[in-house]
Amino acid sequence: MKILVCISKTPDTTAKIAFTDNNTKFDVNGVQWIINPYDEWYSLVRAIELKEADASTVIHLVTAGAADAEPIIRKALALGGDEAIRVNADSHDSYYIASQIAEVAKQGGYDLIFTGKETIDYNGSSIGGMVAELLDLPYISLATKFELAGNKATVTREIEGGEEVNEVELPAVVSCQKGMAEARIPNMRGIMAARTKPLKVMEPVSVDALTSVAGFGLPPAKAGVKLVDAENVDELVRLLHEEAKAI
Amino acid sequence: MSVLIFIDTAEGHVKKSSLEAMTYGAKVAEQLGTTAEAVVLGAVNDDLGALGKYGVKKIHHVAADALNHFDAQVFTKAIAEVANATGAKVIIFSNNISGKAIAPRLSVRLKAGLVSGAVALPDTSNGFVVKKNVFSGKAFANVAVNTDVKIIALNPNAYQTIAGEGSAEVVSASTTATAGKVKVTAVNKASGEVPLTEAEIVVSAGRGMKGPENWGMVEELAKTLHAATACSRPVADAHWRPHNEHVGQTGFAIAPNLYIAIGISGAIQHLAGVNRSKVIVVINKDPEAPFFKAADYGIVGDAFDVVPKLTAAIKKLKG
Ligand SMILES: Cc1cc2nc3c(=O)[nH]c(=O)nc-3n(C[C@H](O)[C@H](O)[C@H](O)COP(=O)(O)OP(=O)(O)OC[C@H]3O[C@@H](n4cnc5c(N)ncnc54)[C@H](O)[C@@H]3O)c2cc1C
Ligand SMILES: Nc1ncnc2c1ncn2[C@@H]1O[C@H](COP(=O)(O)O)[C@@H](O)[C@H]1O
Repeated sequence: MKILVCISKTPDTTAKIAFTDNNTKFDVNGVQWIINPYDEWYSLVRAIELKEADASTVIHLVTAGAADAEPIIRKALALGGDEAIRVNADSHDSYYIASQIAEVAKQGGYDLIFTGKETIDYNGSSIGGMVAELLDLPYISLATKFELAGNKATVTREIEGGEEVNEVELPAVVSCQKGMAEARIPNMRGIMAARTKPLKVMEPVSVDALTSVAGFGLPPAKAGVKLVDAENVDELVRLLHEEAKAI
Repeated sequence: MSVLIFIDTAEGHVKKSSLEAMTYGAKVAEQLGTTAEAVVLGAVNDDLGALGKYGVKKIHHVAADALNHFDAQVFTKAIAEVANATGAKVIIFSNNISGKAIAPRLSVRLKAGLVSGAVALPDTSNGFVVKKNVFSGKAFANVAVNTDVKIIALNPNAYQTIAGEGSAEVVSASTTATAGKVKVTAVNKASGEVPLTEAEIVVSAGRGMKGPENWGMVEELAKTLHAATACSRPVADAHWRPHNEHVGQTGFAIAPNLYIAIGISGAIQHLAGVNRSKVIVVINKDPEAPFFKAADYGIVGDAFDVVPKLTAAIKKLKG
């Protein structure tokens, strides 16, 4: 079993969101970078668990990013995984990034490709589906459970108001979210081992981006909270009904 | 040239998020001086013609057996065929569960730029620019789509459904798509409950509730308001509540009309999933809780005292 886990780099969840260059660039000043939580907690850890259950499993990590993505991919290697590939490409266009990942996937011949549910900065929720289409593979999105029996995967995915159980023969692409696995912390041995694991750098394939970011903005600030006395709950209900028209 | 909207169904019924997508798509068509058409796949129980009141003029119904259960690969193929046959220039999805699975695939198949998580109508004054949420609702981006065919996945609850007059012409369309590789072996739905991501009102509670045994009052309030229930991450992690109720940065992102947060501190990661709610009410015994800064209305008080009173007051209002 050969698994490719897609790893992206995102600002820490508490990072201050601000923009520079006339609101065209994210202000990276003082920002701490982390592995996108969905990639780390759910897809990478589930892949590691699959390897723990079957030692013949090989895990490759891929990230499309500039050299500053290397600490992130090393951190991912410290959690687990056998080697990493960085495609030297940085873009906000999902199609461009997906094309890079699909190229890596073609060369590696993987049975399974895991992505996170979405990146917490760009919120595309798109890369998994695009990679699947580029490779003409089935795609199961927003998976909350993943079990493997030989070449057949049983995947539970979220649907509105419940869940659906799918069966699919590999190869396939699966996007992962909460439920798949429990978060782990890298240990010292993993951190040491990660230093010597191979990290290959590849140049991007040439494809056209389909979209571009024209600018960013911040939502208007809230006007401020209206406090109602705890002894006067009726007043809150009146406000919600008459003023906010929310009930 | 037309605008094509994907109508998403569950058990043969059109989802609320698709009504939003149709209303939005009809407006886009108006902007571009063309008509709105729609495509629906698999068996449908609802009256499709009646969907004309949301502004779609023609609905292409592809009723092949292979489309009776969801498979992103198969659905993409069927939608691409209708899009090509109708010469669609803009294709609209709801950015719901199905939309997130199909729209990216269709984007590749048609080489059509995709904006997922759109929150406003496109700006066509200079190119084709769509506003979308980024940084989990903490900011937005204006994304230019540079391809001839464009795909927009509209965030649920970002655009108000408007029902007008009129009916749609329903035509059946064929497909070359055959059964795919994904088999559905079970569907587990919590029946009778309001699905979280579609709910107009969400009642959510956090660690301030002390333990799962105290959720009765939260559920009672939710029931009174016809609301879905949600929770903060530690509550789901401690298995007080199921993980599909976890909202926030790493859980669901929701945007209901009304979000009531009980005993939740309002950490930035929690806010990231709920800050697009139209009206936020916070009930917390700590006046310094950060959530009050993001709230529209608040009560500083003990949830165990305030929540039952709130339920009673709403019951009184509803008569
Ligand atoms: C990478 C990352 C991702 C995360 N993602 C998420 C996420 O998606 N969603 C999420 O929710 N969190 C997330 N978190 C966790 C987040 O930082 C907070 O720890 C969490 O939201 C706190 O949950 P809480 O408000 O229920 O609990 P607490 O912070 O413990 O707050 C409990 C609140 O209840 C109040 N309270 C206590 N008793 C009462 C009472 N009797 N009546 C009224 N009020 C009372 C207290 O004053 C307090 O404000 C994430 C953290 C990290 C690091
Ligand atoms: N630059 C990237 N390199 C590798 N994987 C990525 C990259 N961007 C996104 N992904 C993967 O695709 C998932 C969904 O991302 P997105 O579609 O951008 O929300 C992420 O959780 C990652 O697993």
